[in-house]
Amino acid sequence: MSRIGVVVFPGSNCEYDAVAAVERLGDQAEFVWHTRTDLNGIDGVILPGGFAHGDYLRPGALARFSPVMGAVERFAADGGPVLGICNGFQVLVEAGMLPGALQKNRGLTFLCQPTTLVVSSTSSVLTRGASVGQELVVPINHFSGSYTCDDETHDELVRNGQIVLRYKENPNGSRDDIAGVANKAGNVVGLMPHPERAMSMLLGSADGVVLFESFLGVKVEQPALAH
Amino acid sequence: MSSPQPLHRALGLTDSELESIREVLGREPNSLELALYGVMWSEHCSYKSSRIHLRRLPTEAPHVLVGPGENAGVIDAGDGIAVAIRIESHNHPSAIEPYQGAATGVGGILRDVFTMGARPLAVMDPLFFGELSDARQRWLVEGVVSGISGYGNSVGVPTIGGELTFDDCYASNPLVNVLCCGALPTERLVLGVASGVGNLAVLLGSSTGRDGIGGVSVLASAGFDGADGAESLDDAKRPSVQVGDPYEEKRLIEACLALLDDGLVVGIQDLGGAGIVCATSETAARGGVGMDVDVTAIPLREAGMQPFEIMTSESQERMLAIITPENWAAVAALCAKWEVRASIVGHVVEPTIDANGRAVAMLRVRQGFDGEVLAEVPANSLADEAPLYDRPMARPADLDAVNADDPSDDEPVGSPNDDLLDLLMDPAWVYRQYDSQLFLNTVVGPGRDAALLRLAGPGLPYSERGIALSTDSNPRWCALDPRAGTALTVAESVANLACVGATAKAVVNCLNFGNPEHPEVMWQLSESIDGMTEACLGLGLPVIGGNVSLYNESGGHDIDPTPVVGLLGVIDSLVAPPPGWGWREGDDIVLVGTRHADSDYRFPLGGSRWATRRGRRGGHLAHFDAETLAAAIDFVTGEVAAICAGSPSDVTAVHDIGGGGLAVALAEMVAVTALGARVVELEGHAELFSEFPGRFVMATNDVEAFLARAEVAGVPVTHLGTVGGQDFRIGSMVNVSVEEVGARRRGALEESLAAVG
Repeated sequence: MSRIGVVVFPGSNCEYDAVAAVERLGDQAEFVWHTRTDLNGIDGVILPGGFAHGDYLRPGALARFSPVMGAVERFAADGGPVLGICNGFQVLVEAGMLPGALQKNRGLTFLCQPTTLVVSSTSSVLTRGASVGQELVVPINHFSGSYTCDDETHDELVRNGQIVLRYKENPNGSRDDIAGVANKAGNVVGLMPHPERAMSMLLGSADGVVLFESFLGVKVEQPALAH
Repeated sequence: MSSPQPLHRALGLTDSELESIREVLGREPNSLELALYGVMWSEHCSYKSSRIHLRRLPTEAPHVLVGPGENAGVIDAGDGIAVAIRIESHNHPSAIEPYQGAATGVGGILRDVFTMGARPLAVMDPLFFGELSDARQRWLVEGVVSGISGYGNSVGVPTIGGELTFDDCYASNPLVNVLCCGALPTERLVLGVASGVGNLAVLLGSSTGRDGIGGVSVLASAGFDGADGAESLDDAKRPSVQVGDPYEEKRLIEACLALLDDGLVVGIQDLGGAGIVCATSETAARGGVGMDVDVTAIPLREAGMQPFEIMTSESQERMLAIITPENWAAVAALCAKWEVRASIVGHVVEPTIDANGRAVAMLRVRQGFDGEVLAEVPANSLADEAPLYDRPMARPADLDAVNADDPSDDEPVGSPNDDLLDLLMDPAWVYRQYDSQLFLNTVVGPGRDAALLRLAGPGLPYSERGIALSTDSNPRWCALDPRAGTALTVAESVANLACVGATAKAVVNCLNFGNPEHPEVMWQLSESIDGMTEACLGLGLPVIGGNVSLYNESGGHDIDPTPVVGLLGVIDSLVAPPPGWGWREGDDIVLVGTRHADSDYRFPLGGSRWATRRGRRGGHLAHFDAETLAAAIDFVTGEVAAICAGSPSDVTAVHDIGGGGLAVALAEMVAVTALGARVVELEGHAELFSEFPGRFVMATNDVEAFLARAEVAGVPVTHLGTVGGQDFRIGSMVNVSVEEVGARRRGALEESLAAVG
């Protein structure tokens, strides 16, 4: 049983969905308001999707200065698992906790659609329960999701197995079809797709379950998730 | 230079309306008071041309908790959950400034819903533009869609559907309607009422600026002059369009819902059209109390604003809460957490006793709470007592000739095959730009017959139920016969809900019409309301809210009558998705419902998309027959609801036959499954393209069992063919590859938008 802190900035909007995904797998989740400076007793942190601080200036550019981010950085430095989904990924990148940057989509429109992801590395807290090459149907929902980085960083990401998920068909112009990356230690992961939206066949896909199971470090009976 | 017109006319008031104001006040109004009446008695706020007709709509049913006249209609959906729904237009602002016009339309409708204590859970957007061969229309489409996307996604409410219609009649008057649905624990229902003398009126949210002054009167209650529908009509009115800030709105939603959760407010009211004067006069009028508003207490965005500007500004993202003085500290603290500004701007006071000894809820605008009274008017006179007009009506003189020019005997211009491909259009380019999934409720999202959501959300008790939503309109039908056209539109909407297994519970409407001072337009409006009344009575549906948008005219040309029906349904058990359009190899394809229309023609083409694409805009419609419709709809609803409840079924696909007719419905199923179909010879192209509601394409993997159930239900079924292969064939008329069907449908919209012009 884990206790997961879901960080809420003003303008976050996927915080309830993140909590629902955690609770669906039998763990506990609680909101962590962005002004908090400690994460006492929390076993993992999720930075959920949304538009933290209105995405003013640039997605994540203001949220990285919220008081809670200092605590999140310390938590990560101590090896604690941190997951940034969509806007949360953008925040982690702006905070320098993950390499690279997220640009506006090729095509310059917001995109909400299912995508097929391919697991590229299992050396992260998000993908350790999956297998390399496994395909997962998970929706995307973003305007600024085109991942980019310089050549040197890219080489390093490849070398260290930090590219954890790739798009099977690139929807947004991301470099090397990158959908999600981890830090070198594998305990901090960010991805643009929304695994919390893929937890039930009633909503079209349960392929996010393997990712959340990995993150939560639990195994749940598969049949319970069939609907 | 023309001589300046009198102030009241510049504010949109007629000479006789000025006379009425003098009677109410018993004196000459000052200029501030005139400005208050100017916005509150506008067509947009007062419904003065339509109200006597709207009274004919049926509004009652046992499950209706709140009917028309409040910020939103509310029904009891069961399991302790109430569902609030509202539809509005933002047509005129969007014509001038498409991004902000559409964005603020979303913001406004959300406030209407969370004002009731409901968390907004879904938005839908019926959109109407001119043909995309015109560059200006492409600019409008891209602006409106990105405005909805930019605001709706950021504010955190999923956009789960809508409609997209292109027709030249909207070239100068695009229609941007927006529907919002929310849910709340039934016991938390709140109304916009001020009560309790000594209570405080607290303004929440944005500061007040000069944006949107006169939006309801200058903009929304007059037509556009420009004959060419181009830039000439825009520039002078652009300052009357408001500017939206979804981040402010998001914090406002969370703060207001938290205030309601904590029981800190007595009443709450959104600020929309007509701004502070509207919110304060409506809450005071409903509560039967007076209200003193201090114009100096209202936080302003810019210096030098006059009291009339402050009182009538339509600056967005503001709410008015009525609270007790004891709760002020807690309210202020909670608002500070969400970084929402809160300012005490008014006091609830005793009603004034007039010369006849009657209590009058008086709205007073003051310079400081104890300062000079700048305006003093009875709140009811602003909110409820605008003059009502029974405007002259006349059936259009050319309608007989239009009806007589029936395209039902027309031969196809090209081949039926080409005509079919020409009618296909996938709206995915639009809805891909909307977050349609937030809150993990969306079982069926945009682009299908109806949207289907789990009935769940933050703070709601657990329920296995679902709600379904559809928006429908058919201006082509309504131009030929507004009464039958509107009735058939309601039927079409109910049929759409059947495809996701939901039973229709309540209607909201957005009545988009031309200039009500044209007798033909008033006739269309009146007929349309009668048609809606007939259909709602026939199908047992209450109308729980609506909006009327008039003056959709440019250069003397009115739009075709465009009543938009928003329909809310409930499904009792939603544990598995409905079959949708997903037929499988080898399935049998059947037509459910009467094969022939109840009409002079077996397959009428009047008002069909097929005929309209050929410039043929005349003809007759099928008749509305509630009993026949209800039989087919009930059967389909039952079949799908059983699947959603988890029962095994032989039914593998369901699709309503709507715009474009039977051939388009079949082609859409071919396109999304990439599976071909072999359909028997039909009775000519008219059967392919005729449009009349109450018919469904279904697929089954046990046709004998299916036919037996339909027979028991007394619903006619026609065997159409089988699913399979990589070709789509209908007898000798249609023969096209699955690949081409998919490609044509996918590419139609994006290619039109990309056209160089």
